[in-house]
Amino acid sequence: MKREVRSAKCEVNLSVQIGKLTLQNPVMVASGTFGYGVEYAQLLDLNQLGAVVVKGIRLGPVRGNPTPRTAEVTSGMLNAIGLQGPGVDGFIKKYWPFLKKLKVPTIINIWGTTVDEYAEVAKRFDALGGVGALELNVSCPNIKEGGAQFGTDVKLLSRVVAACRKATELPLITKMSPNVVSIAPYAKAAEESGSDALAVTNSYPAMAIDIETRKPKLANVTGGLTGPCIKPIAIKLIWEAAKAVKIPIIGMGGIQNAADAIEFMMAGATAVAVGTANFYEPGTTLQVIAGLREFMQKHGIKEMREITGSVQVVK
Amino acid sequence: MLEQTVQIVSNERDNDSYFRLVVHAPRIAPLIQPGQFAHVRIPPLKDALLRRPFSIFQVSGDTFSILYKTVGKGTEALSQMQAGEELGVIAPLGHGFTVPKRGGETPLLVAGGYGMAAMFLLAQRSPQKGIVFVGGRRRVDILCEKEFQTLGWDVRVTTEDGSHGKKGLVTLPLIAELKHTVAKRMVPHRKVFACGPTGMLKAVGKIADEFKVPAELSMDEHMCCGVGVCLTCVIPIKAGDRWEYQRTCIEGPVFDAKEIVWEATK
Repeated sequence: MKREVRSAKCEVNLSVQIGKLTLQNPVMVASGTFGYGVEYAQLLDLNQLGAVVVKGIRLGPVRGNPTPRTAEVTSGMLNAIGLQGPGVDGFIKKYWPFLKKLKVPTIINIWGTTVDEYAEVAKRFDALGGVGALELNVSCPNIKEGGAQFGTDVKLLSRVVAACRKATELPLITKMSPNVVSIAPYAKAAEESGSDALAVTNSYPAMAIDIETRKPKLANVTGGLTGPCIKPIAIKLIWEAAKAVKIPIIGMGGIQNAADAIEFMMAGATAVAVGTANFYEPGTTLQVIAGLREFMQKHGIKEMREITGSVQVVK
Repeated sequence: MLEQTVQIVSNERDNDSYFRLVVHAPRIAPLIQPGQFAHVRIPPLKDALLRRPFSIFQVSGDTFSILYKTVGKGTEALSQMQAGEELGVIAPLGHGFTVPKRGGETPLLVAGGYGMAAMFLLAQRSPQKGIVFVGGRRRVDILCEKEFQTLGWDVRVTTEDGSHGKKGLVTLPLIAELKHTVAKRMVPHRKVFACGPTGMLKAVGKIADEFKVPAELSMDEHMCCGVGVCLTCVIPIKAGDRWEYQRTCIEGPVFDAKEIVWEATK
């Protein structure tokens, strides 16, 4: 069907650089939407991805929030899982043997309830060897302690990033909260404290009500909004963050296809993450990668990075 | 587990608001075990993005079917779809029922409403025939009674309004049967398999415990990804002297009744 386009193809390079980490293409998955990789291995070849990003891990196991934990909303969903997870030791025992054999990097999303805990978890994964990068989750809206309290306070954010910077040589990606008046000072704080990249952003605080029972649709009352409905908000945040910092940005928020991914990159993202779409179309990442290649060939773009920040804003 | 686009063979009203959907899925059909489910993307839904999980009802050659009730916009949209149209399916999913062995415990199947659909394959593939207890609110909520009888099973019907079978809840004839079993000291014993609303499953689990018979319960939880990553469909399961949330889509939907920590479900 698309053979004509391909016959005129030029050599394209999809690889991108996140700190010292080289990705074969810019398409990764968003933490929390891809488990620990192994769950989707039956449905798609994980070695085709840019990177696998696992669900948030703190030092010890976490039981998570009561149910209902998710609710479907128009063109999106709410979640308040509460970072259920096996803790560092449980993760290393149960999931690392599978992940370490992958040919693509594993990025581990980490969190804690104190600055020291973040640093401790970072140290543990540094010692593990073979980890691609650490993503600092300072922006989960669904837990009482930790999470967004660090991402919505510039001083705390700087302390967390700086403490992790001291604890590890691994590339650090700070996952930003969208729930701030302006993202620029937070982005700058993360950069100045030693973060190698930013993930923009986590889910958006939100709520839904069942009008028959008059009860919130989530047991946690509020949750994080994700899916295609947040995409234009995310694009704007990436555009603003990209103007504020020099470090690369991983853009995410409702990506369903290559056109969405290209929009994120034009706004300033170096790489992108597919999130909620994994839940309903597990093959989305691979379609995005194929579509990016096609777009580059069609437009004669040789290097992926040529697209990054190429939006033309005339003021 | 396979992800495929499948074609609708038929999608017809069974009774009242219940429909039977048959899809052509030659690679998936032979893999299906009793109690497993299919996670279905319904293309006309558009702005409702998530897949819907359905218990697999019957398997026949290259096809499998589901029996569903229209309860919301997903099932409403599905009921409008026609033969020849396509659906996205990930199946078979989940940990299903343990198929009874010949000469082992006599299976007692307990179904509430469309929970009956999840039990058909179990009845069909069990070499040991038993009793099916099926309950519903009204006569129209009693599904596929004849099909279970055709398999040679003893079907005992209850309705809450008394419009069909005995009046009352499905647990009443179950208790009567277990009392009879105890009184007659029947050996080998009985094993309960149940699917239906959570309240019914909780009651069945309690009854099984009282009569000291094993029970497998198929839990119907709100689901999102269906493959174990999102952690939406969790229920509290015993883990040593504590409990942990386990996934209905992977560790379940069928759980040993003794493992479920009902106190923690509220």
